[in-house]
Amino acid sequence: MQIKLWINNKAVIKEAEADLLLIDLLRNNGCYSVKRGCETGNCGLCTVFVDEKPVLSCSTLAARVNGKKVTTLEGLQREAEDFGTYIAEQGAEQCGFCNPGFIMNAIAMFREKQNPSDEEIKEYLAGNLCRCSGYEGQLRGIRAYLEYQQSKAAKAELAAQNISEVI
Amino acid sequence: MAEFKVINKPIRKKDAMSLVTGKPVYTDDIAPSDCLIVKVLRSPHAHAVIEAIDTNTALKVPGIEAIYTYKDVPAKRFTLAGQTYPEPSPYDRLILDNRLRYVGDAVAIVAGDNHRAVDKALKLIKVKYTVLEPVLDLRAAKDNRILVHPEEDWQALCPVGADNRRNLCAADKSEYGEVDRVMSECDVIIENTYHTKSNQQAMMETFRTYTTLDPYGRLHVISSTQIVFHLRRILANALDIPKSRIRVSKPRIGGGFGAKQTSVAEIYPAFVTLKTGKPAKMIYTREESQTASTPRHEMELTVRVGAMKDGTIRGLDLYTLSNTGAYGEHGPTTVGLSGHKSISLYNNNLEAYRFHYDVVYTNVQSAGAYRGYGATQGIFAMESAISELASKLNMDAVAIREKNMVREGQAMPAYYNEYNTSCTLDSCMKKAGEMFDWYNKPYARDMGNGKIRSKGVAMAMQSSGISNVDVGSATIKLNDEGFYALSIAAADMGTGCDTILAQIAAECLECEVEDIIIFGADTDSSPYDSGSYASSTTYITGKAVEKACMELKEKLCRIAAVLLDCQAEELIFTGKKIRKADGSTEVSLMDIASKSMSGNSEATQVTVTNSSPVSPPPHMVGMVEIEVDMETGSIELLDYVAVVDCGTVINTNLARVQTEGGLAQGIGMALYEEVSYSKKGQIRENSFMQYKIPTRMDLCSLRVEFESSYEQSGPFGAKSIGEVVINTPPPAIAHAVYNATGVWHRELPITPEKVLMGIGKI
Ligand code: FES
Ligand code: FES
Repeated sequence: MQIKLWINNKAVIKEAEADLLLIDLLRNNGCYSVKRGCETGNCGLCTVFVDEKPVLSCSTLAARVNGKKVTTLEGLQREAEDFGTYIAEQGAEQCGFCNPGFIMNAIAMFREKQNPSDEEIKEYLAGNLCRCSGYEGQLRGIRAYLEYQQSKAAKAELAAQNISEVI
Repeated sequence: MAEFKVINKPIRKKDAMSLVTGKPVYTDDIAPSDCLIVKVLRSPHAHAVIEAIDTNTALKVPGIEAIYTYKDVPAKRFTLAGQTYPEPSPYDRLILDNRLRYVGDAVAIVAGDNHRAVDKALKLIKVKYTVLEPVLDLRAAKDNRILVHPEEDWQALCPVGADNRRNLCAADKSEYGEVDRVMSECDVIIENTYHTKSNQQAMMETFRTYTTLDPYGRLHVISSTQIVFHLRRILANALDIPKSRIRVSKPRIGGGFGAKQTSVAEIYPAFVTLKTGKPAKMIYTREESQTASTPRHEMELTVRVGAMKDGTIRGLDLYTLSNTGAYGEHGPTTVGLSGHKSISLYNNNLEAYRFHYDVVYTNVQSAGAYRGYGATQGIFAMESAISELASKLNMDAVAIREKNMVREGQAMPAYYNEYNTSCTLDSCMKKAGEMFDWYNKPYARDMGNGKIRSKGVAMAMQSSGISNVDVGSATIKLNDEGFYALSIAAADMGTGCDTILAQIAAECLECEVEDIIIFGADTDSSPYDSGSYASSTTYITGKAVEKACMELKEKLCRIAAVLLDCQAEELIFTGKKIRKADGSTEVSLMDIASKSMSGNSEATQVTVTNSSPVSPPPHMVGMVEIEVDMETGSIELLDYVAVVDCGTVINTNLARVQTEGGLAQGIGMALYEEVSYSKKGQIRENSFMQYKIPTRMDLCSLRVEFESSYEQSGPFGAKSIGEVVINTPPPAIAHAVYNATGVWHRELPITPEKVLMGIGKI
């Protein structure tokens, strides 16, 4: 069948066999950040966004994204760099193979939750496995990133106040 | 200790930003899209002989390029173990054999231009098997009438006590002192048998390789491997072609943990490319990785500890039975660590020991290298036995260890008589005790809600490379503008050795880590290195880097001497410059680099090779607090404290994360990871549905600290860290479970069912 979708904001028309998986469609289209770790919906490495919601692309038929917007890490390079820096600062990126899926899901979490607790973070990312890091470094990175974002937001607010005072 | 400039700092990994932004850097990302897809038909039987095999119908599937059976492959046996020649592992494999030795053994290779065609062809191959009775239990294997390797051309290259007519892959015995006499003089003897199951390395990137012919007609193998040079030999043996016809290189690796110290996937696409002349790739599925690779050796260990009433440990006696499965990869070598590393931990008062072992063939998936490499199994048994001894003597588990642990300066008879030249195990124990508050926490506390909170302790050691065997090399070269290129063949599996080795170079050359570019690993252009395993890279290759940099500095001084018209001996290297000792004149590195490219006959490149006659052990202590739910048997981790002595920590971040990762793997091994078999020899845990590795919900806070020692023979005092960190969770958790329930669990993993059965609730 023929399907139409947007991959990282680019319209694509594809001939897709009924059993084609989204992960293969994406990798065939050069989105190599999308990794396969398990094929059974257990590892989270293949996480992408479909209409802004994280899904496991190894367990999604390509046909189901017909007419939808799909985002991979290739389409979120700036956010990946911003947040990824904090993971790198911890040395928690290790082999890196789990990073794209983990970072996709973390970005989804940042968009969804203002100030998640450690427990909420662990729960949100529970489906993203990592064999190298033991998760602690990733958690430290997330915390540091959130703190930075908050201090940035606080500063921006302060600056806005100062401006209004001047006015 | 000297003040370091870039060593002992949290330097960011050189490839970090590529990894976090998802750049295409791994094997399957860079394989061209027109590769032939290679898959293997696998045996449904644990033990069978192929009577007839018919590929005609399968060959007619459109898109199929070729199908190979045992009739098409060289009749020359080899091993897939990545080890230094002469390989201690027996030559017991063919690319395809007509005898199948486990469920998953390769029956035929299919290559085609798309997945669909290959999958279809796999179904259409008709095989007639004569099904034979398998031997599945490691205890029944030795001298069984069923032989796993009856073939005449089976061969062991090294004298490791192997005998295929007895299902023996290796056997040996070593002794020091008079164990039986010492034991007879002891007040108390503890004797128990422990059983550790096979575990999967479960790195996130499965095995994968792509192969192509280069313009010279040579086979170029691009693979996710820890061992480029060994792989070249393995492939040359398997394919029966000269090594000069093979080039192996590795891109980024998505985790290895020893799994990629064995050649698992490479021979199949390599064979296809050689036969067809076309590029080919093989990407293992997770199921294949779980069922047709080389996980940890299952072992059964019987420990006898002889001690006095005051806790003095005088004699140790260990027998290890190791299951190598269908093939002997790493069989003869992993088993040694189960004794050498565990016995040496209790070196302080030890008068005698005995260590003997058998490694047997069975009809299950072949075992191989996995982080800890036998030490993990041995340390689980030994540490558990010592904790049992402490509780029998009514002694504190930390106190008994403090009394008997190995100390700096001691000769270690069980560790090839090496001296322990750097050891802060005692301060690791002290520090861990303080962080954990060991002496103020009860062994067990009823929380009043059906749960019991308890504590446990264990210690561990490993090695830093294989003494007198491992070889590491480094080439360092000065380039234009004064930057350096470091070339290595050690493989960064994500642990950051590219960056760590660059840090060592930058410290020597008094420059920034950014001034060093790094290249590796490629058999055509990297200097020889035995590869990244046995916790060797920082210690062995790191020392090669240090030595190479020292030599390069001398060479650069010679060029500077020409420019400054003086003797090289008068000059001092200061990083960006070389100046005269009296301060009168100097020349910049950039000018030296420019000079090196015009009218110069001094090479600005040095290669140094390093091997070590010793293998200084890193040490560590782990303490765990858990809560056992007496109704469900489930174990919740509350706290894990780990203190590590890895000599000088080269990169503080990477060492910490590597420790945390190792602890998580050890926790998985202690609580849920196992490979189990049906009566027919099929693996039950053939996906991540059944094989559960820890998620972030399963772990507790992992508190890691370092107690540095200074190892003179290592680069800037460093030892290794890679493997030692996986060893403490199983015995520490078993100890804590005993403290909560009063039951010793001598078999891993300690599942809720076993806990409930132990306390008589099932
Ligand atoms: S590959 Fe999709 S969840 Fe593992
Ligand atoms: S970094 Fe290797 S699996 Fe997460």
